[in-house]
This record gives sequence, C-alpha cells and structure tokens, in this order.
Amino acid sequence: MASSRLEILNDGGLRHDARRPYELRSLSLELSTHPNADGSSTVSQGLTTVSASVFGPREPKQRAGSVHDKASVVVEVGVAPWAGAREVRRTRGDKRLLEIAAAIRQTFEPVIMTHLYPRSEIAVHIQVISADGGILPTAINATTLALVDAGISLIDYVTSLSLGLHLTQPLLDLSAPEEADLPTLVVAALPSGKVTLAQMETRLHVDRFEEMLTLGVEGCGVLKTEMDRVVKDRTTRVVERMDKVIQGRITGD
Amino acid sequence: MDIDQQGDLGEGSSTNRGIVSPGEIITSSKEYMRGHGTYVDEEQVVSSLSGTIERVNKLVSVKALKQRYTPEVGDLVIGRIVEVGSMRWRVDANARQDAVLMLSSVNLPGGVQRRKIESDALKMREFLAEGDLLVAEVQAFFGDGAMSLHTRSLKYGKLRNGQLLSVSPRLIRRLKSHFHHIPPPCGPSGVDIILGLNGLIWVSVGTSVESREGGEGFDAEGVYSNKNDDITPEGRQAISSIASIIKILAMYNIPLSDILISSAYEWLSSQREDDEDGISAEMGKRMVEDLTGVQVTAAA
Repeated sequence: MASSRLEILNDGGLRHDARRPYELRSLSLELSTHPNADGSSTVSQGLTTVSASVFGPREPKQRAGSVHDKASVVVEVGVAPWAGAREVRRTRGDKRLLEIAAAIRQTFEPVIMTHLYPRSEIAVHIQVISADGGILPTAINATTLALVDAGISLIDYVTSLSLGLHLTQPLLDLSAPEEADLPTLVVAALPSGKVTLAQMETRLHVDRFEEMLTLGVEGCGVLKTEMDRVVKDRTTRVVERMDKVIQGRITGD
Repeated sequence: MDIDQQGDLGEGSSTNRGIVSPGEIITSSKEYMRGHGTYVDEEQVVSSLSGTIERVNKLVSVKALKQRYTPEVGDLVIGRIVEVGSMRWRVDANARQDAVLMLSSVNLPGGVQRRKIESDALKMREFLAEGDLLVAEVQAFFGDGAMSLHTRSLKYGKLRNGQLLSVSPRLIRRLKSHFHHIPPPCGPSGVDIILGLNGLIWVSVGTSVESREGGEGFDAEGVYSNKNDDITPEGRQAISSIASIIKILAMYNIPLSDILISSAYEWLSSQREDDEDGISAEMGKRMVEDLTGVQVTAAA
C-alpha cells in the first residue's frame, strides 16, 4: 500500500500538508453560484470542492414523492469525471454515492422546517468538483449554504467536519491520504451543540470517541461563524442596494 | 440582535435595518408574536431565514432575500400548463405547488357568461395545451395551500407574440397595475410588459389600448390562438432590447417598475449607435449606475 508510507505526524508535530493537528484546511464559501437553481453554493475545503444546488420547494417530480403534511427532501450526488475521487466510482447509483446522499438527507430532514411546505419537494443536487478527502462534510456545508440561499426555513446552520485519530492524537479535517490511513469520524452539528450526524466506518476505542466528538462539535462551531459571516455580508450588500434604489426613487433622484 | 434597540424598523436607513440569519435570536416571545420566517424556542423568537426583520405592531417576521413565490389572493401570475386533467388544468407558476385552473374559471370563446358543458371539457386541450403560457389571477387557496387561478377577464389568458423572462419574485412589487405598455418609438407598435408577481415576466409586441381591454378591435377568436402574429424585425428588436434591460436590472437586484424600464430604454437609445444591438456588460453597468444613482461593483 502506497499510502502506508505516509508519515501522519512528523517529528515537528506537523501533518503531511504542514498543518497542525487541530488546523482546518483553507475554507472558501460562495453563494448563488448556479443561476437557475433556487439556491446554490460552492464550498472548498482545501483541495475538496463541492457545489450544491437546491431546487424547491416545488411540486414533486414523482407524484409518489409527495407527503401530505410536509416537504420531502431528495438528495442526489454526482462526481465530476475529473474530480480525482479514487474511493468512489462515478456512476450514478454507486453504493458509496447513495450512502453519501442518504447521510445528507438524514442530516437535513430534522433541520429543514418541512412542515411549512406541505406536498412539495426540496431537491438537493450535489456535484463533487474535486475530491481530496472529506466529501461528505464538505457536501453538508455546501448544502446548508444552498438552503439558506434558497430561503428555505432552517432551525439553524448545520456544519460538518471530519476527524481522524492517529495513535492518541485526534486530527481535524482530513485530507484524502490521511482519510485512507486513519479511523475517521464525520460529525455534523448545530451551533447549539446538537449532533445531527456522527458517522464512522472503522472501529475506534470508546474512550477516544467522546473526546473526538467534542472536538468535532467545536470545529463545527468555527465553521458556522465563518458561514454566518459570508451569509450576512451578502444579505447586507443586497438589502442596502435595494433600499438605496427604492429610496432614490421616492425622493425623485 | 435585539429588536427593541433598533428604533423604527422599515423606515430607518439600511444600516440599522435588522439583518438576521438562521438560528439567530430576534427577541423574546413574551412580548412579540412570531410571524413567517421565525420560530419559538425556549421563549425566544428565533429567525429561520437569512434576510431582514419586518415588524408590524407586535408581529415579527423575517423576509428572506430570495425565496420561492408565496401566492396571495388577487396576485397576478404568469404560468405554464403542465397537465390537462378532468375539468381542470395544472399550472406551474413557480410556486411551491402546482396551481389549478378550473375549466369553470376561464372565459371560453363565444359568450362570457356561457355555461361550461361536457363538450367543452372534451375540447380543453384545444384551448390550453401542455406547455402553453398564460397570465392569470390567484382566485383562492385549497386546503393544502395550493392555489386556484382564474382568467375571467379579457386582460388574462393565453400569451403569445413575445418572450418569457424569469427573475427573483422579490424584485416585483405589488403595483396598481402589472400590465404596462411602452409606446413607440420602442418598436413600431410599442412593447407590452406583464410583470407577474411570481417572478415571471412576459415581454410582447405592443397592442392598442382598446384591443387589450376588449373594446374595438378585440380579437375574441384569437384568445386561444396558437399562432404568433407577424412581427416586424424592428418589433422583435424592441422586444429583445426590453428583455435585455430587464435581465440586467434583475442581475443587479434592482426592483422593477414600468417607469424604470422605460427610462432605461430611453437611456439606451440615446447612448448607442443605430446599428448597434445587444448591451455590453460595461454598458449595462453604466445604465444601472446612471438610472439608480447606485454604485454597482459586482453583481451580487
């Protein structure tokens, strides 16, 4: 295995991409990146870039998908051919992609106030543009922003982060080589500290789990602050412009 | 964000207008009632959207920056037929659910107050088929929140001779009239604009006032026609210019009105050469700045 030669933490306590254990990758958040969607966003965490588009609430595409008293959430995940995702095959209906889609749906169903939109459908389309570990957490972050952009009522922001454990040292926000070598935990949480998703594919000592979960929730809080800043900036900018135009017209400028 | 410290909402300048994001506490639920876009959690009114706080007396609501159209009775909407059913059409009007247009709430050719009989139900697809565009008014709501439309006015009905545009519903405000006519020299017979409150806009070749309101020259048989009239190249150009103007204004999040659109057209005709068509990005930006007096840096 090529990746086993990777030194997870070097003597200086740095990771293979020169981050410290608790350091997140560089984060970039963009809103309204898709012109035709009701809401969209593109989120980059390090070299992982995911774009999410939200359509709806709209009439369900399949009549069977309509629930009489709430909205149904439909998630579809696709991976671009050039994304470089070795761990997932790109075909639609691939088990790994379906699993990611199901995890996203389960994360957001309790957070979206679906009872406000009866008999309708909220469709979330995820496109992985480049993959370098942490597809699921990045996709969850992108979905949150896209839902906010679409003006769909949410209880709160949901943010997500992946964590790994090297010996006894937890590492935050794993890149692909680290993800391949370490037991990984994906946490999605509300700012209140409520965990909406905790997913693991490998075994982990129960004594370490609590520490990692707490750390993950804390990291999610950091991401939320950053998201809120971007959303507020955009809202303020647009509202100011619309106010100016309306006021200018009233005074007859 | 504490609502009490903000002074008078809505009237104040943009800087002190409350801007909230999901999960943000607005105020205590003991003193205020929660409206749209908010929920109550542990005696606090909390926002569930990103947008501005709107307050009416004790009712606090949050209006999102961008949202699907929420219908209200009396709204003028533009929609597309998606299904022909028994005694009804289903219409996609850009809302949360498809709207319903009953056979009993349309005007059929040959008499306004005529009863609808079985043979009309069989001919429904001749009147409006899948894919047809129409302008209608919201009549009522069903129990599940779906809206019912009506076209019982000569102003409403099937659309032709024009182009459909889609903008954010927030940019279209409720006005006295949503039918506008820009007179010549904008095209040989002017250009008609219908601003649907659901964010859909119809720009079509201009008609005279009488023929629009069912007076002299009103073509009763042409109401359900599927054929476009002949439109001159100048008329087409006028339609596409108006459409480009609307697209540019919408791109910069400028609320639309007939005055703004017609002054934009005047500005454009004074600025560009006769043989020039299309609007460059630079020119669009200059147009927005000149007309609104707002410095635009980038489309938000």
